[in-house]
Amino acid sequence: MPSSALTAAHPLKDVTASDSALRRFLHGLPGVDAVGLEGRAASLGTRSIKTTAKAYAIDLAISMVDLTTLEGADTPGKVRALGAKAVRPDPTDRTTPTTAAVCVYPDMVAVAKEAVAGSGVKVASVATAFPAGRAPLTVKLADVREAVTAGADEIDMVIDRGAFLAGRYLKVYDEIIAVKEACGTSARLKVIFETGELSTYDNIRRASWLGMLAGADFIKTSTGKVAVNATPANTLLMLEAVRDFRAQTGIQVGVKPAGGIRTSKDAIKFLVLVNETAGGDWLDNHWFRFGASSLLNDLLMQRQKLATGRYSGPDYVTVD
Amino acid sequence: MSSVFEYAPAPESRSIVDIAPSYGLFIDGEFVEAADGKVFKTVSPSTEEVLSEIAQAGEADVDRAVQAARKAFEKWSALPGSERAKYLFRIARIIQERSRELAVLETLDNGKPIKETRDADLPLVAAHFFYYAGWADKLDHAGFGANPRPLGVAGQVIPWNFPLLMLAWKIAPALATGNTVVLKPAETTPLSALFFADICRQAGLPKGVVNILPGYGGAGAALVAHPDVNKVAFTGSTAVGKEIARTVAGTRKKVTLELGGKGANIVFDDAPVDQAVEGIVNGIFFNQGQVCCAGSRLLVQESIQDELLESLKRRLSTLRLGDPLDKNTDIGAINSEEQLTRITSLVDQGEAEGAERWSPACELPESGYWFAPTLFTNVTQAHTIARDEIFGPVLSVLTFRTPDEAVAKANNTPYGLSAGIWTEKGSRILAVANKLRAGVVWSNTFNKFDPTSPFGGYKESGFGREGGRHGLEAYLDV
Repeated sequence: MPSSALTAAHPLKDVTASDSALRRFLHGLPGVDAVGLEGRAASLGTRSIKTTAKAYAIDLAISMVDLTTLEGADTPGKVRALGAKAVRPDPTDRTTPTTAAVCVYPDMVAVAKEAVAGSGVKVASVATAFPAGRAPLTVKLADVREAVTAGADEIDMVIDRGAFLAGRYLKVYDEIIAVKEACGTSARLKVIFETGELSTYDNIRRASWLGMLAGADFIKTSTGKVAVNATPANTLLMLEAVRDFRAQTGIQVGVKPAGGIRTSKDAIKFLVLVNETAGGDWLDNHWFRFGASSLLNDLLMQRQKLATGRYSGPDYVTVD
Repeated sequence: MSSVFEYAPAPESRSIVDIAPSYGLFIDGEFVEAADGKVFKTVSPSTEEVLSEIAQAGEADVDRAVQAARKAFEKWSALPGSERAKYLFRIARIIQERSRELAVLETLDNGKPIKETRDADLPLVAAHFFYYAGWADKLDHAGFGANPRPLGVAGQVIPWNFPLLMLAWKIAPALATGNTVVLKPAETTPLSALFFADICRQAGLPKGVVNILPGYGGAGAALVAHPDVNKVAFTGSTAVGKEIARTVAGTRKKVTLELGGKGANIVFDDAPVDQAVEGIVNGIFFNQGQVCCAGSRLLVQESIQDELLESLKRRLSTLRLGDPLDKNTDIGAINSEEQLTRITSLVDQGEAEGAERWSPACELPESGYWFAPTLFTNVTQAHTIARDEIFGPVLSVLTFRTPDEAVAKANNTPYGLSAGIWTEKGSRILAVANKLRAGVVWSNTFNKFDPTSPFGGYKESGFGREGGRHGLEAYLDV
């Protein structure tokens, strides 16, 4: 039985009472017109961000990066290097903000924790049988507990897309609730939908609300491991969802686009989406993150360009 | 909206466009003074700065221009279609090459944001010339019988809201079908038409095929009444359109009129709300609402009224009003002081009649002609603001309970140019669209234009179609 994350006073507590109630609620959400959504995202992409606004946006984007390494070949050395980079992104300019977090597999949490100790940089870990999510719930929960015990500040969980696409929303909801419980009070929970596999915008909106109803602290587009990851359109849609959710419940939820955001220009476009959709309340790294690995170096090079007036090149930023 | 993220100004450079201190009339391939030496000034609506001094056409000039066009018609109409197409393709390409310059020019002269001239006006202008260039050698296959003939000299009068785009809508099909043209741009926005005259010279267009006569209503009236004009095309107010209809009545002139509108934007309770809000904004705040097909009446289903209005108000709070040359500006200046006065007086009337007025917190620049985006709620069909065309950034919100009521209210207007339907239910789109008396019905979008799509009105919104294959008919003897 679901141990409802929504307190008795929650205005939406009834909608999770049964599978059919939840389905009725999710399918009753306003539809999404794909052409209109993509048109709006594209038009916000034409905002011209220059000079002081650009400098501000670049520093903001750096502070929102979850510096990520999720490879089978990850070693403690690689993770330590990543931690050092998160703490000191640009050794030549100590005014550079730290990144928000480093994001690693559960077995690397302890190493990462040590590497960023005392810096304020958080350690995030992808648990719950990332990236497929195809494991029994007991295994997923054990995965989460290991990471939390090792000191993870944030857990990035993937939902069971198979259950979602089959319309078994309550199963997905219950899993999120269980993982949230396993996170305890020390770790914030990011729920990954893998939007590329959900395939329709209507599904992405439903998944967003499902995740928020179950108590997600963040909703996240994707794992970065499939063909279609974060796009301006799916992020815009999720920003609309957190905005509407807060308006209805008073609860603020963060958003994290992940995968495929590689350039400063792209990152700034996403910040424009945040600014003009959810609003200024989401413009800090407690409420918005970039899941990225190669984005940081481009941000650093752009930052150096603004400071010195000329481009330096890839050898003037560290490889990891 | 309070935000920690303030965009720095991002102005487009003015230096790309070179505006001369004075311009003549363009007659028979030359820039010439007006016969009576009269001139007028054109100002930038966002700053009230005088941009240039323009020769003002009078009756004698109209006669000269029509004669030049008549003379040019002999050769131009005798050219093979494929030859005329070459000129039109050349003009289209030059427009593309000079599009940034023309976009800045149009923004300076009209007051609309550079974002719109750059992303909407200019691409459409080029597209219209390309599209009708493609038709020039295929007129035999356009469905009007073999070898349809041109009409002769076309007298064209265009408005100030889309100066260059309306020019393209008029001139491209006229030339493609073998007619020659005398065109009068609006007195507040003559510059882009004069730059177009220069483009005609650059393209080597034969003298007299296109003549441009900046001037006031008097010149337009003289052009319409000129006995040697075979075809009159007008876009503008319904009042002037009626005047023109009276003038040409009983003559052999062919006429098309594209007049005012009071478009209904109908939002059903199952609409995609966020996209509907964008469509409402685009429908009424595009070009500061100075669009004849603007969705100036929002008809929203009663059950979602509160939710939708809340979303709409929040969205309006993010609109950026100000310097139209700033690339981040969404709302520019009203075209003229006269138009601003008209908007203000209609809005005052709306308030006096008891409708509830709302605008987002919005600072207006000190010089220039500005009007904040405005929303009226508690509006009924009996309010003046629900009936009269305001031609400004003012939206009237009405409600309905059933689809039949929505259709009845949407059609209950002297106009019939455009309408919008927002619903996720496809069958409802088709059912409602069939019942709406409007020339264009958009569904789940608004204010989309394309050269291949015919455009025109019912009732007091005029008659005849521009654009598409239908647009050819207005310039052919069929």
